[in-house]
Amino acid sequence: MSAAPALAAPAEAAAVLELDGASKAFGPVQALSNVTLRLRRGQVHCLAGENGAGKSTLIKVLTGAHRADSGSFRIEGEPVTNPTPAALRSLGVQAVYQELSLLPHLSVAENLFMGRLPAHKGLLDRGDLRRRARKALDDVGLNNVSPDAIVERLPAATRQLVEIAKVLTADTVKVIVFDEPTTALTEAESKGLLEHIKRLRDSGVAILYVTHRLEEMFEIGDWVTVLRDGGLSESGPMSEYDEDKLITAMVGREITSLYPDTHKVPGTPLLRVRGLQRESGGPTIDFDLRSGEILGIGGLLGSGRSELLLSLFGATPIVAGEIQVDGKSVKPTGPRTMMNAGIGLLTEDRKVLGLLPELSIRENVTIASLRRGSRHGLLPPQEMSDEADKLLDSLRLRAGSYNQPVSTLSGGNQQKVLLARWLLTKPKILVFDEPTKGIDVGAKGELYTVIGNLADSGLGIIVVSSYLPELLGLADRVLVLKDGAVAGELGRAASEEDVLRLASGGGQRPQSSANGSNGKVDAGA
Amino acid sequence: MPKLLWREPIATTTIRSGPPAEFAPAPPPGGATTAHRVLTVGDIAGRESGGLVVLLVAIGALTLASNQFLTGSNLANLARQVAIFAIIALGQLLVILTAGIDLSVGSVLALSGAVTAQLLVAGWPIPLAILCGIALGTALGIINGLLVTRAKLPPFIATLGMLGIARGVVLVITKAKTVQPLPQSFQTIANGTVLGIPNLLIFAVVIAFAIHLVLTRTVFGRYIYAVGSNPESARLAGVPVRVVTISVYAIAGLLAGAGGVLLTSRLGAGIPTAGTGFELNAIAACVIGGASLFGAKGSALGAATGALIMGVLNNGGNLLAINAFYLQIAIGVLILVAVGFDQLNTRASAGRG
Repeated sequence: MSAAPALAAPAEAAAVLELDGASKAFGPVQALSNVTLRLRRGQVHCLAGENGAGKSTLIKVLTGAHRADSGSFRIEGEPVTNPTPAALRSLGVQAVYQELSLLPHLSVAENLFMGRLPAHKGLLDRGDLRRRARKALDDVGLNNVSPDAIVERLPAATRQLVEIAKVLTADTVKVIVFDEPTTALTEAESKGLLEHIKRLRDSGVAILYVTHRLEEMFEIGDWVTVLRDGGLSESGPMSEYDEDKLITAMVGREITSLYPDTHKVPGTPLLRVRGLQRESGGPTIDFDLRSGEILGIGGLLGSGRSELLLSLFGATPIVAGEIQVDGKSVKPTGPRTMMNAGIGLLTEDRKVLGLLPELSIRENVTIASLRRGSRHGLLPPQEMSDEADKLLDSLRLRAGSYNQPVSTLSGGNQQKVLLARWLLTKPKILVFDEPTKGIDVGAKGELYTVIGNLADSGLGIIVVSSYLPELLGLADRVLVLKDGAVAGELGRAASEEDVLRLASGGGQRPQSSANGSNGKVDAGA
Repeated sequence: MPKLLWREPIATTTIRSGPPAEFAPAPPPGGATTAHRVLTVGDIAGRESGGLVVLLVAIGALTLASNQFLTGSNLANLARQVAIFAIIALGQLLVILTAGIDLSVGSVLALSGAVTAQLLVAGWPIPLAILCGIALGTALGIINGLLVTRAKLPPFIATLGMLGIARGVVLVITKAKTVQPLPQSFQTIANGTVLGIPNLLIFAVVIAFAIHLVLTRTVFGRYIYAVGSNPESARLAGVPVRVVTISVYAIAGLLAGAGGVLLTSRLGAGIPTAGTGFELNAIAACVIGGASLFGAKGSALGAATGALIMGVLNNGGNLLAINAFYLQIAIGVLILVAVGFDQLNTRASAGRG
């Protein structure tokens, strides 16, 4: 696919929004450095980059959620002096987010005009509200949606369009930012949404489109800006790019030195998963893991990676399938069962699914092992806290005291606390879901070394990561998921391009891996 | 993403709940002696010191204001007034620590007490009647726990339903009439003394100490805090969240049942309207004692202190012949001040962190 037909020479059109040399740091982490972006009327500008490349930060700067540390920000040539969300909205910068901002229990009309509902002396003018909602819905082609419909009863695609309708009801609409709007949509729904974005473009709105799906960029993009590690990698007309060139621009870098260079011959089989099915009629998954092996699991957002881990850990029920840990069959009836069988899971969302924020560091570490060390239900003796302390010391946890609440730690240190929690349970298999999410580069290196050492000591390791260099740098073998099924398995020599192709379903047939113990590939339903 | 979206840091061990703490005969801060224990004395005293200060100030003021306050008979009286109420508050505390709430304790207390009284009137042996009363309270607590964990009802709703049901049942089975007469030996359980110490006080202290040990020394106690902190994280760390949740409601029911038996014994009659409003008083005691309704913060010592404060204020009010209506206002203000200071502290420490 080449770029959409260029209506005008896009580079010549006046820029509606100009961002020059924008930088933003969060503590020691440089999230955005010296990024320049120009959005033009009637143009779809795609923003590409891996996870963590700075896309979200850039969007937040554009919409006023974050203020750039440096750089200039102009809208129609006028400098933006006070970049707050409200100010930017009134200047015409609107955003449609992947997590919908609609209030699910209210009606469509109320959602569309929330915050500026038509009213006389505090009394709602329902007629006017309905009339204006009707018009806004018609504008986005939702002729058959009633303004009185309750938002949570609408399908995801319709809600996404309602979100767009809401954005269009703003007084001025010069720029619309779409942040991964198709994540929750089916293929056909995505198509419809893209058509709609094209219409918006043709009506003269400048559009910034952020997506992980390359094919969408080629379908609607006029111009593309690629971010890498917070900086500008490349920027140019979409027509100058093909898939390979775009991927190279997103990836192109050597940081393999960060990763442990320890891949020995995998040992005995530790984990055997056969026919794991999460919902009836859904795809089944087979895979194996040997001791001393690091198995990577890749795939796009929503491809079912975290869900696979959670069902492997017994945290979400499965419909069918067999799991063997160290030769023994285990029914994943709950986290406790799997924990006792020797599996530990470090979840992706530490805040929601990992930490006990009010409890101390030490309490957070020992919580999973209390029962093992306990006699007559009393708290385990001193040795366990000493062991926890030793683990924390060896992980070089930086904290004033191990008695302080765990919520006072930084992301990297919190991850170490959770790692210590699971190491204390003496697991055979450790599963990491996005182990370095929200962690700065220094702590990342430490964590990689620890993971490598754990594999060397004979543990089986599974790592899920959206960050491809990390996935390939760590893993001996990579399983790529797509739509909940295994799309293919790649060996150590795999490139990031291979993973992206399998994950986004581009071209290439699934290939058998060279060194995988399980050569079989199950493309599922 | 580099942005860390953590909840603001919460009060650390060095924070005391409220400015009055500065004038306190300071409890030793986060303990040199107990540094190895995960929950230090500092943690506990930290959240309670506000309550302790209020208690000491109230006692001091009453001692000065009334020469009857510090007399043996008044203190025994005070102990009797507070004991049952403290027992209920301790059960409530366990539920609150899991970020739940039990509105049914007052009604369960009345039902357990009335059933015990009816069984005694029917001629059952005293131990058996007591056991049945307490077992009934426990069973109702288990039902609360099942409604919360299995039927996934919000604790507020589940126990609000139980509040109505238990109160209704007690009014039906007693036909809203007082159940008496009760055997004298049953009445001595709550009214008797050992070495001059009221039995009720002994019960309350033993129960408070037991709950304190459970919370600080047992795996179950640690699990209670874990569930209150983040149930999903706790589940993924192998904590049996459902069992823990059901257990705390069962214990709250058990203590409500025990409270009902003791109240019946103390009054010498089963009174169907007994315990009305106890649930709110118990919640107030926990909150004044430093417990957070969001869970995972609070201690047995705190709940007992909270109960004592309310008891002392009531007692002092009586001694000084202050209109009881003003006392209600005072306790209301006290709750707001206690929680307000806690919020201020949390925010202050968040600002520093």
